[in-house]
Amino acid sequence: MIDVQHLTKKFADFVAVNDLSLHIQKGEMFAFLGPNGAGKSTTIKIFTTLLTPTSGEVKINGFDIIAEQNRVRNSFGIVFQDQSLDDELTAYENMDFHGVIYNLSKNIRRERIETFLKLVDLWDRKDSLVKEFSGGMKRRLEMARGLLHEPTVLFLDEPTLGLDPQTRNHIWSYIKKLNQEKGLTVFFTTHYMEEAEKYAQRLAIIDHGVIKALGSPTELKTQTHTETLEEAFLNLTGYDIRDENASSSEIMRQQRKMRRH
Amino acid sequence: MVKIIYNLKVIYILWLRQVKRHFRSKSRIFASVAQPLLFLVALGFGFQSMYSAAGNGDYIQFLAPGIIGMSIIFSAMFSGIEVISDKQFGFLKETLVAPVSRLTIMFGRTLGGATVAISQGILVFIVSLFLGFQPVSWALLPVTLLFMILMSLLFTSVGTAFASFFSDMHAFPVIINFIVMPMFFLSGALFPVDNLAKVLGVIVRINPLSYGIDGLRGSLISNFHFGIWTDFSVLIVVTLAFLSLGGYLFKKIQV
Repeated sequence: MIDVQHLTKKFADFVAVNDLSLHIQKGEMFAFLGPNGAGKSTTIKIFTTLLTPTSGEVKINGFDIIAEQNRVRNSFGIVFQDQSLDDELTAYENMDFHGVIYNLSKNIRRERIETFLKLVDLWDRKDSLVKEFSGGMKRRLEMARGLLHEPTVLFLDEPTLGLDPQTRNHIWSYIKKLNQEKGLTVFFTTHYMEEAEKYAQRLAIIDHGVIKALGSPTELKTQTHTETLEEAFLNLTGYDIRDENASSSEIMRQQRKMRRH
Repeated sequence: MVKIIYNLKVIYILWLRQVKRHFRSKSRIFASVAQPLLFLVALGFGFQSMYSAAGNGDYIQFLAPGIIGMSIIFSAMFSGIEVISDKQFGFLKETLVAPVSRLTIMFGRTLGGATVAISQGILVFIVSLFLGFQPVSWALLPVTLLFMILMSLLFTSVGTAFASFFSDMHAFPVIINFIVMPMFFLSGALFPVDNLAKVLGVIVRINPLSYGIDGLRGSLISNFHFGIWTDFSVLIVVTLAFLSLGGYLFKKIQV
């Protein structure tokens, strides 16, 4: 479902992703872990056609991310790390906007918006402006929106960041349900190790743009002779605190600054 | 054919989004009429006696088309800030990962911003009627509308082009003001452009806004300086150029 071969992404002379290869099966729940600035977001941006790779090949749902961009875009849904809703539109309008730009007919839109808003328990708030929503409600709405065009792969970039345990459980139960009932492939990043351990069949730990380890949570623990996934994670990536750069352009700006000094 | 309909639908929904956002914010509508109103009242009545003493007639008559143009250029240029806020608040990503071309997105946005600007222009026109402005010929109003549309499209694309370039939401208004203010003051919006000092005359001539203002004034009070066809052709050419530039820069946005 996701096929990555020798993916490399450079910004000026900074290598964000270095010769990454990965194969993810249909219906798999896959966690992508790594410290801040390890290259997770860059990788997701490449998978979702927001960035072009420097070299290497990526296929999503069998389609090449460069040659078959629009087919790729139709194949995945995404919940971004930072929210991407229009605050001044209602929940329903946000959904409908998404439906139109993904070329769904009016009837299908009406039908599916109802289905998915009910799935995330927001149907009774469909006519409220998004700015009146809490963080958890917004995240649920984004999930529903990402699913509207019935993608085969769902990318979740830290889907539960900053949410209370209740909402987190809710969100994971929707994802799990879709994964089991529809065979949806889920690719997610998270900093909550217990989430990765609980929900991912396999996971990859990435640091400095390189995959440090790949396998099931149990395999990773055995491999590093550790008791918990968190220990395994720290064992593989070290104990230093990382400074995260806000965006790829930010990285370039900083590098330019460094060179000037 | 199917693809064209799809793209038109996308343009429509992008347009609708911006129009809805605008008309839901009463304070925004009010604020953008307040400034032109201030100019009309303060300058219009302030310079009235001086202007008519110089034998030029009624200053409100002369000024109103200029102020309508002003409300359009401000509203259009500032609509670019929505590109920046969408960049910052993430909504832009939602459109950029969708299976539509960026050109379509940019076009839908520009139409939305332009529509908002036109509505502001019309609003200021209506307000000016209450302050004593009288168009010479009501039959020429469609021509006025056409000039409003061209100006709105032109300056919305300029705004989009700038916004694609910058990502600092606080710097944007400063930069835009830095461009809009001289354009506005040196466009003949406030004073007649015949018999100007040489340098000023040249600046007025290379300022595209001058032709928009002239088009509005010509069609509203039959007082063309450059002539309707000159105004029209200049605006069309410049609009197309900036639409392309806006499209090009919008395509290059990285999020």
